[in-house]
Amino acid sequence: MENNPLHQQIATMRQSFLDEEILNDQFIQLESMATEDDPAFAEDTVSLYFQETTKIIATLEEEFVKDPIDYNALEKCLHDFKGLCVSIGASKVLIEVNKARACCDNGNIEGGKAALEKVKVEQETLKAKLDSYFQLVKQS
Amino acid sequence: MSTASSSVTVSDQFPAGLRVLVVDDDPTCLRILEKMLGTCLYEVTKCNRAEIALDMLRTNKNGYDIVISDVHMPDMDGFKLLEQVGLEMDLPVIMMSADDSKQVVMKGVTHGACDYLIKPVRIEALKNIWQHVVRKRKNEWKDLEQSGSVEEGDRQPKPSEEADYSSSANEGNWRTSKRRKDEEEEIEERDDTSTLKKPRVVWSVELHQQFVSAVNQLGIDKAVPKKILELMNVPGLTRENVASHLQKYRLYLRRLSGVSPHQGNSFISSHSQEPPYGSLSSLSGLDFQTLAATGQIPAQSLATLQAAGLARSAAKPGLPMPLVDQRNIFSFDNQKLRFGEGQPQHMSSGKQMNLLHGIPTTMDSKQLVNLHHSAQSLGSLNMQASAHGNPSGQSSPLLMQMAQPQSRGQILTETSGGQVPRLPTSVGHPILSNGAAGAMLAINGIGENSRGTGYNSVSQTSSVLNFPLNHSAELPGNSFPLGSTPGISAGMSTLTTKGGFQEEINSDIKGSGGFMPSYDIFNDLQQHKPHNWELQNVGFAFDASQHSNSLQASVDVTPSVLVNQGYSSSQRNVQNSNVSAMGKPIFSVGEGSEHGIALNVGQHLNSLLVDNSTRVKSERVTDTSCQPTLLPQHFGQEDLMSAILKQQDGLGPAENDFEFDGYSLDNIPV
Repeated sequence: MENNPLHQQIATMRQSFLDEEILNDQFIQLESMATEDDPAFAEDTVSLYFQETTKIIATLEEEFVKDPIDYNALEKCLHDFKGLCVSIGASKVLIEVNKARACCDNGNIEGGKAALEKVKVEQETLKAKLDSYFQLVKQS
Repeated sequence: MSTASSSVTVSDQFPAGLRVLVVDDDPTCLRILEKMLGTCLYEVTKCNRAEIALDMLRTNKNGYDIVISDVHMPDMDGFKLLEQVGLEMDLPVIMMSADDSKQVVMKGVTHGACDYLIKPVRIEALKNIWQHVVRKRKNEWKDLEQSGSVEEGDRQPKPSEEADYSSSANEGNWRTSKRRKDEEEEIEERDDTSTLKKPRVVWSVELHQQFVSAVNQLGIDKAVPKKILELMNVPGLTRENVASHLQKYRLYLRRLSGVSPHQGNSFISSHSQEPPYGSLSSLSGLDFQTLAATGQIPAQSLATLQAAGLARSAAKPGLPMPLVDQRNIFSFDNQKLRFGEGQPQHMSSGKQMNLLHGIPTTMDSKQLVNLHHSAQSLGSLNMQASAHGNPSGQSSPLLMQMAQPQSRGQILTETSGGQVPRLPTSVGHPILSNGAAGAMLAINGIGENSRGTGYNSVSQTSSVLNFPLNHSAELPGNSFPLGSTPGISAGMSTLTTKGGFQEEINSDIKGSGGFMPSYDIFNDLQQHKPHNWELQNVGFAFDASQHSNSLQASVDVTPSVLVNQGYSSSQRNVQNSNVSAMGKPIFSVGEGSEHGIALNVGQHLNSLLVDNSTRVKSERVTDTSCQPTLLPQHFGQEDLMSAILKQQDGLGPAENDFEFDGYSLDNIPV
């Protein structure tokens, strides 16, 4: 198996994540935490991330259509979302999550909903990219 | 791991094997932490529910060395868990969160967390968490050994010992960890009393003087809390106490030097602005500085305020006036408050409260004498004030405050009769007598409020000003029009501008006998009508609110501080009925007022009140609520002062380190 081109490809992909600011240094840290008995640490953590965030997004969507709006619940969800983003270094998603939080803080529900849509878009993008990334990593 | 014995010995492998319990409902974070802690060779236990974590800790009492917990958890608030662990198991707890807002971090500190980590947590931050374990054990050991005043004794040496530690969050910033430790210590110490209230240090006049001389000895540039502490050699005083006091003092000095002639009140500007606050600074300087700094209260105003504050305290015969006096002492001793030459006179009479309206920048002793005289006429209040404070004339200590002549009656007269004595120098305005009393009150209030921050002050002052409280009735009309704003300043300004008021006021005061609400002074100034400032409302005499407009410009914060306090209360209820209200209002100046003067006053008051300190806390004041009884409608200055002081007493320990409760000039919108 040709490692070099593959490794090269992986390195390039990783760098592009950083350049595009989809991911930040925290992700690199995760990767560095891989050990022999836990080589896929980063990937496992990222999976956890998507698992959790999917749940949160679903909750948020429910909350946004409630009447009256439970701001505390929204705030809690968004705070948790933020924590997750920060754990893996998902910077672009985080930016959108923060926008949603700001909207909710101001009582701007429509704005919050729109921001949530953006969050979902960024999530999808991130997921797609990381999926292919980790596939390459598995191959190497 | 190590057992606390004569020294905290640790195993050779330490910190390897440190048993960490991690609590977080976020699984990614738990996973990451587990990994990182494992890298540090710690023994990790994960838990995603706080209740479960508590169970684990309870069942396995000595099974863990340290706990790391998230702040936001679904089943239990992280802070609650923190408290529980601290109480039941007394283990060090590190809080963490993605939230890095200051309030939350502060909450962690106040609840006793030994560290606070912001997510994403780096491994470097985790590497040093063992220090918290060692520290805690060392403390415990010391407690056991010394079973008693370990904390006090330990305080001093501890910081130096801890200096080497670097908190995990501050990678190497020992100072921060030390500070945190100090805070923790304090938290531990005061844990038994009301929620984490540090025992207040009352910066009495003597103490303050010791402080000032230590600072002067070292040189203001080189004066660091530790050295000051050593020089002062006061048992029980902590470096932190000194540090916060120093901070205030510095602000005060800065304010003095930076006072622009045109600041705030017109009257202030009218007077020479020498930095009278030499002495004042010691006391109220701090407070005032804050005030001044925030507002643009001219130094003189500060002086006045201080004086007023002092006076106020003095005024209250019943109350721990001595304390106040002391405070006054140092504020006034050295400085001469010069109250604007101008108007002060009016103030003196009757409206004791004038509270520093004019914020006399400096009062010559002569002026003080004047004030004194006027004060005397007002009532015993003044006399007493003078008695304590400066021989120069503290005369109406309250009066003195009245800063510039304009200050109507500046607080000096504060009824308290003189206890407030110190209004030294600045008293210039005879008016003070009335106003003075009020001013004093006001000032005191402010001072107290400002504690520390100096600016908010005014609201705090409430305690100080209690005067007006009782006086509800007294405060005629004005009920401190100053109200939120610079009532004081307004008052002050009016005072100053009007100048003439003083006289009128004084006359009023005489009549009233009670404390003149300082507020009235303001009003009077403007309207020349002798309000009832009667000492009763002394504190609130800042009727200034009405005048506030005029004053505002000049006064800047402080007056407002004062005023607000008084005013707010006055507004609410100036009239005695609501003593508590009164107290507060006086200083609420800060809130609205933004008037520097108010701040000054407050500061001074604080300083003055420092003794009362604790009491001064405006909050307290209200709590103690100036019981109407405090200030009977027509209280004599003395009564008012006493009442006020009493209230202050009631207040309880001020939150600020300095016990300058008085001046929590938080509200001073500088």
